[in-house]
Amino acid sequence: MTFIDIRNLKKSFGPTTVVHDFALSVERGEFVSFLGPSGCGKTTILRMIAGFETASAGSIRIDGREVTGLPPAKRNVGMVFQAYALFPNMTVAGNIAFGLKVAKWSNAAIAARVEEMLGLIKLPDIADRYPYQLSGGQQQRVALARAIAVKPEVLLLDEPLSALDAKIRVSLREEIRSLQKDLGITTIFVTHDQEEALSMSDRIVVMNEGRAEQIGTPFEVYNYPRTRFVASFVGTLNLLSATVVDAATGHLAIDGQHVLAAKAVEGRTAGDTVSVALRPEAVDFGGASEGRDALTGTVEAVAFLGAVVRIRVGLGDQKISLDTFNQPQLRLPTAGETVTLSFSRDDLLVVEPDGRS
Amino acid sequence: MRRSRFGSWLAITLGSLYFIVPLIGTFEFSLRMKRGTYSFEAYRVVLADPHFQASFTYSTLLALATIAVGTILVVPTAYWVQLRLRRLRPVVEFITLMPLVIPAIVIVFGYIRLYNSQSILPLTDSSFGTDALLCFGCVTLALPYLYRSVDTGLRAIDVRTLTEAAESLGAGWFTILTRVIFPNIRSAVLSGAFLTFAIVIGEFTFASLLNRPAFGPYLQLVGANRAYEPAALAIIAFVVTWACMGLIQVVGTVRDAGRPK
Ligand SMILES: Nc1ncnc2c1ncn2[C@@H]1O[C@H](COP(=O)(O)OP(=O)(O)OP(=O)(O)O)[C@@H](O)[C@H]1O
Ligand SMILES: [Mg+2]
Repeated sequence: MTFIDIRNLKKSFGPTTVVHDFALSVERGEFVSFLGPSGCGKTTILRMIAGFETASAGSIRIDGREVTGLPPAKRNVGMVFQAYALFPNMTVAGNIAFGLKVAKWSNAAIAARVEEMLGLIKLPDIADRYPYQLSGGQQQRVALARAIAVKPEVLLLDEPLSALDAKIRVSLREEIRSLQKDLGITTIFVTHDQEEALSMSDRIVVMNEGRAEQIGTPFEVYNYPRTRFVASFVGTLNLLSATVVDAATGHLAIDGQHVLAAKAVEGRTAGDTVSVALRPEAVDFGGASEGRDALTGTVEAVAFLGAVVRIRVGLGDQKISLDTFNQPQLRLPTAGETVTLSFSRDDLLVVEPDGRS
Repeated sequence: MRRSRFGSWLAITLGSLYFIVPLIGTFEFSLRMKRGTYSFEAYRVVLADPHFQASFTYSTLLALATIAVGTILVVPTAYWVQLRLRRLRPVVEFITLMPLVIPAIVIVFGYIRLYNSQSILPLTDSSFGTDALLCFGCVTLALPYLYRSVDTGLRAIDVRTLTEAAESLGAGWFTILTRVIFPNIRSAVLSGAFLTFAIVIGEFTFASLLNRPAFGPYLQLVGANRAYEPAALAIIAFVVTWACMGLIQVVGTVRDAGRPK
């Protein structure tokens, strides 16, 4: 059953439209991430769900209830902000209790709930501290506790981890995810960090310029990017332009070299230019073989990344990167050398141009 | 280097003398009521004067009322401007600066014309009405200082995010203002309040033209008729003002100590 149902959502600030016709349905208990570059409208959509921004058009329903015109206080939606936004004049306990006091819980119930929340975020001993006495990671946990204490139907998080340093970011994201699973709370998480989105989400909404480019599981979005934008934003992907030789058989030419895609190219005819995507980890050295295509090019650069070596090969005026594991016994090619690369036909994806849905 | 050091010390010394010498002179004079010896006789006389007590109490109450009315007016306004009407900020700032530009005497004549006994709202008819009018007038005079302190306080916190956090927890605007915003700008409001206090205690024009028994007109009256008491009164008024300034400093430091950046 659809829990959050967003339809035809639009937002304009004056003459500029920043969200175009956005639609999304989220299941109860699902964890959905909005992933996209800066300025693509993630925060704006989240703020419309929370009620801080009014939609120019479209509707938002939560659990069958139309909330589009409701003020934030009436939506039962919890929010966690990038800047923590703890109330500086209140202790940790006071912060967590705030929403409960507003909802007129009894003192005993509030005390019990605060303690429960502090246990949940694994910080049982900080009830009497003030926000300025906490580290960033602790503050964000308290903000999370404060948001879920009032038992919201939906939890919204706007880049909650981006102000924290890398180690805490990783541990806190695992914590948020496991907390979310335990509580079964429907969650929307905004990020521009693809690793975060891929590791935490049930589904990812990849956004670009106010549109959802693709909505899918992390697996789908990573392995089968639907558009050129998704392919380039999620992961480091090789994007090459190819000329269709025979659409029906998936016969393409890249830099004049012929390759076969696994599937027919739909909606195109011979001579059209299409974009193809190829993951660096799917490319190996070596010639064509059963089910594998090959391309020949010139090594331009060899970058040593620790466990992995990334090699950039030029194909005419296009470039292709491939990753190989760093094995000391293998000889690495050097710049200027001519090499042959091969890849499985299944890994060669024809992607659509941006913004088509 | 040495020369410029010397120059700045010279400037500071001259400035201080300009400020301190009359003060010392006044103080010294105020002690000479009894012939031949220094004494606090003038202070005793002044403090024992029932008119002093009455007018000082009146002005103190007036100051407190002004602070209350001013705070209730300014805090929500500045908050709202900061939160929703950023574009109006220059306009509001300009309006709050007007009392500095327009002489008090002009404002009070305007008030008297607007609210006299023939007007739609004849505030000057009753003594309570006139008190209220005086209070509103003082709010106007204090507006530049009060607004600026509150606005500075609001800029130091993330008004928008705190408001949104509270809203998403179900709070209405009254709860947000009283429980979230006000406590976080309390020291700013307090320093505005002490400034207001100092202004109202010394206020003369409004009180005199509205004929209210405030401290300012009393000071003027005594000054016209006595020799030593005015000096003592001036010192008392000065001490009250400086106590207010001191409290602003204290409040500021307490805040800084409590909340390191
Ligand atoms: N109040 C506003 N007035 C005018 N334009 C706005 C307003 N808020 C956002 N925008 C514009 O809307 C677009 C989307 O902004 P939004 O904050 O949703 O982006 P975002 O995806 O959250 O980016 P980031 O990752 O940087 O947070 C931006 O171009 C921004 O300039
Ligand atoms: Mg954002």
